[in-house]
Amino acid sequence: MKDLNIVFAGFGGQGVLFAGKVTAYAGLIENKEISWLPSYGPEMRGGTANCSVCISDQPIGSPLVTNPNVLVAMNLPSLDKFIDAVEPGGTVILDSSLIQKKVERTDVTVHYVPSSSLAEENGLKGLSNMVLIGKLFQEVCCAEGGYGFCTKETLDQAIQKCVPARKAGMLDLNRKAVETGAAQP
Amino acid sequence: MKVLMKGNEALAEAAIRAGCRHFFGYPITPQTELAAYMSKRMPKIGGTYLQAESEVAAINMVLGASAAGVRAMTSSSSPGVSLKGEGISYMAGSDLPALIINVQRGGPGLGGIQPSQADYWQATKATGHGDFHILVLAPSTVQEMVDLVSDAFDLADQYRMPAMILADGMLGQMMEPVSLPEEAGKPLPAKEWAASGHQGARPHHIINSLYLTPDKLEQLVQDRFARYEQIKQKEQRAEEYLTDDADVVVVAYGASSRVARGAVNKAREQGLKVGLVRPITLWPFPVDALRKAASHAKAMLVVEMSMGQMVDDVKLAVECKTPVHFFGRTGGMIPTPAEVLEQIEKLV
Repeated sequence: MKDLNIVFAGFGGQGVLFAGKVTAYAGLIENKEISWLPSYGPEMRGGTANCSVCISDQPIGSPLVTNPNVLVAMNLPSLDKFIDAVEPGGTVILDSSLIQKKVERTDVTVHYVPSSSLAEENGLKGLSNMVLIGKLFQEVCCAEGGYGFCTKETLDQAIQKCVPARKAGMLDLNRKAVETGAAQP
Repeated sequence: MKVLMKGNEALAEAAIRAGCRHFFGYPITPQTELAAYMSKRMPKIGGTYLQAESEVAAINMVLGASAAGVRAMTSSSSPGVSLKGEGISYMAGSDLPALIINVQRGGPGLGGIQPSQADYWQATKATGHGDFHILVLAPSTVQEMVDLVSDAFDLADQYRMPAMILADGMLGQMMEPVSLPEEAGKPLPAKEWAASGHQGARPHHIINSLYLTPDKLEQLVQDRFARYEQIKQKEQRAEEYLTDDADVVVVAYGASSRVARGAVNKAREQGLKVGLVRPITLWPFPVDALRKAASHAKAMLVVEMSMGQMVDDVKLAVECKTPVHFFGRTGGMIPTPAEVLEQIEKLV
């Protein structure tokens, strides 16, 4: 696989750290080298939260992703903050129900997923992040060649690892959110 | 299977598995997950977790527990470690083992909460007042954090002195896969000197750092320094990466060594002969590995997340026979591999 460096970014509370953890676990299950580095401190409370996830066949150097291959953006400040840093040829997956504007760059592939609206309409409150994960794995992580490193079964195992036992009831909702995202055009 | 753990949590679990049952701490970002983890685990295994009223209190509780012969530890971040300095000096002066973890953040003062390596001087030269050293180990991955905790406890017991794990906010906060060792694999060494109660069966032990007779104090300090000499001979550790044919040797520890390694790999892709020496023990400083790497290098580049604190130790190690350059970011800024590569390119 090619070295995959992802930035997940959004408001604190939208689940960007959780989304990153699920992705990192998928890498762990596939015996890849991985790292997960969160932003931390007061900025997590209502401000912008983000995390860097690296997945590679080689040991990870700096876990801080400065030029992501993939950006998952859950709000406008996050898109504005990271869009210029995305590597040419990279992929951007964004919540188009919260981010009204279109990406101006023409050298990146953009997937506009109205994840907040989809989550709301499908009884998946708070799972907009997992709708975007569905799209991320559909387009990048489970793709043949390139950055692809796993299957949809791997993602399901990763979700099982990350949803705590006391919230086991959320497992099927997470799965439904992922399927909803994967089915988006 | 390996598990995904935050560095802070991995440090805590590793300490428990190394036989530590006494933790005394006080919360501070970016270290707090360590204490939080201990607060959940210790009561379940019959251990003691105590959130002290201050860092000063916590380190003195460690002193007391260690004097009684148990494995004890505390953890904090930069400003908190400054407060612990007095207690660390007292422990060094009482020949007490203990583990102190510093998950560094930007300074001076309250500074910031982002990752930093600006406490190198404090850790290796001046954790407190007086003539003494502590052992300082610097992990660069979450796995190594786990491995070095056990080593730090063992070395501290063996040489009867405090040991520090010098980490930083990046290593503390990040998650990586880890294999954890089996719990309490080996019996802990007996501590015949401990003030652990004797019911009149032997003369009592006194744990003390006050010696008002100068010749007595001088002798004690000289004995301690004789032990330090042995440690310098036996316990230096460093990783040498692609140094055999290197014209430029980068020197970095902890989080900045990860950035440096990325830059070294990029340089090698361009056909540049560049290697990395990564000190794992900061005290004792790995003088031998640096001298070896410097013997055929044209230049050395020290990379730190500070204004340059280890750079002097590198110069002393290579006795200025090889030019030693420096690149660093500070205040919580993390250098990028591209920035380091740019510095390397200036030197080849």
